[in-house]
Amino acid sequence: MDTDIIIRTLPVLLKGCVMTVELTVITLVLGTVLGILFALMRLLSNVVLSQISNFYTWIIRGTPMLLQLFFFYYGLPSVGIRMTPFQAAVIGLGLNSGAYMAEIIRGGILSIDKGQFEAAKALGFSYTETMQKIILPQTFKVIIPPVGNEFITILKDTSLVSTIAMVELMRSAQQMYASTFKPIEIFATAAVLYLIMTTVFTTIFSVYEKKLSVY
Amino acid sequence: MEEYMIEASNLTKRFGDLEVFKDITVNVKKGEVLCIIGPSGSGKSTFLRCLNHLEEINGGKIVIEGEALDPKDKKQIRNLTTKMGMVFQQFNLFPHMTVLQNLMEAPLVVKKEDKAVVLERAKKLINKVGLGDKMDYYPSKLSGGQKQRVAIARALAMNPDIMLFDEPTSALDPELVGEVLTVMKDLANEGMTMVVVTHEMGFAKEVADRVIFMDGGKIVEEGKPADIFSNPKEVRTKAFLEKVLM
Repeated sequence: MDTDIIIRTLPVLLKGCVMTVELTVITLVLGTVLGILFALMRLLSNVVLSQISNFYTWIIRGTPMLLQLFFFYYGLPSVGIRMTPFQAAVIGLGLNSGAYMAEIIRGGILSIDKGQFEAAKALGFSYTETMQKIILPQTFKVIIPPVGNEFITILKDTSLVSTIAMVELMRSAQQMYASTFKPIEIFATAAVLYLIMTTVFTTIFSVYEKKLSVY
Repeated sequence: MEEYMIEASNLTKRFGDLEVFKDITVNVKKGEVLCIIGPSGSGKSTFLRCLNHLEEINGGKIVIEGEALDPKDKKQIRNLTTKMGMVFQQFNLFPHMTVLQNLMEAPLVVKKEDKAVVLERAKKLINKVGLGDKMDYYPSKLSGGQKQRVAIARALAMNPDIMLFDEPTSALDPELVGEVLTVMKDLANEGMTMVVVTHEMGFAKEVADRVIFMDGGKIVEEGKPADIFSNPKEVRTKAFLEKVLM
């Protein structure tokens, strides 16, 4: 084990970490927004909207994410849509996590007692108000464990964008390995960095879960 | 001419092929307490749920305070349902809100009322149902009877003209039924118009102005509680009362 190599490559790997976190956070936000949107669309009685949502989930969950990333980055330029690696990565990751989040949120909404909808309706709440004030806040509590799971998956899945020229932690590690030929040191360090990041995420989630368990 | 709060004429309700009730006509006067009794499956709860449009009717007409309910006009339905408070068998309190928040949410969100006004009214109502010391509790920390009293207060917080009760004590332990009935009695004494679907014959006998006995989707008999309970005309009413009063 060459500790000197670790110290020398650490700054580059840490810089990769920053990009990994950045991608993860953007994906989370995008995925959550898309997830809520598509979950609600799926639950609507409007057949067209519900089927659009269904179709989206079907495509995204049914094909490999690596293929989707390649499609956006290498495929779309041939029809004139050119993206930077960052744009392609964000769109690919966001659409992907949106599909999974939609299913998690839909499951959460379906788990809420029918009586809650009825009580809200009897009190005069509109559909939007019912969702916003009564149903979604309760849904959040139910879905925290699966969402935590999804967040960690996203964080690790960001490593896939290293294949479309996006320099994040995985790509930085590959570059350092190529220039030093010290795979054990480099990849072990990257693994530790991933572990630290996922641990931080897990901790944040369990704190949040405790906070919501007051009722 | 009498002033009716609820005029339900020739209501029919089906779930698929199953006809829950047919051609039911019920009018409720201002300040009247109407109790609906009958065996389970008689359609009495469904009838109540049709009144505030939790269930859509398949035929007939509902007029609330002189205004006909139009199933296509969502805004009007919302407006009319806020005139009716509903209390459910399973309480249906919002578990993520404290007692106080449960009361305040609808007046603030639906009616866009001033917060200070709503707060004062909510506190008054919580004290009225005897839970002044539980304002900041979450529903999970309350007993069934306390939950149902909060649910009644929550419905009252919207200042309804009519209160609908769907078997409000059926999910309660026997020793908790009394506290809920007391709140309902107080409400009746204050002149609230009430429609109560109940198995509490004692309550119906004591508080109701009129009792309807439903069976098999039809109104079998209706009249003053004294007549229905001590002198039922129909064989089916007699049989039902014998069973429940034993």
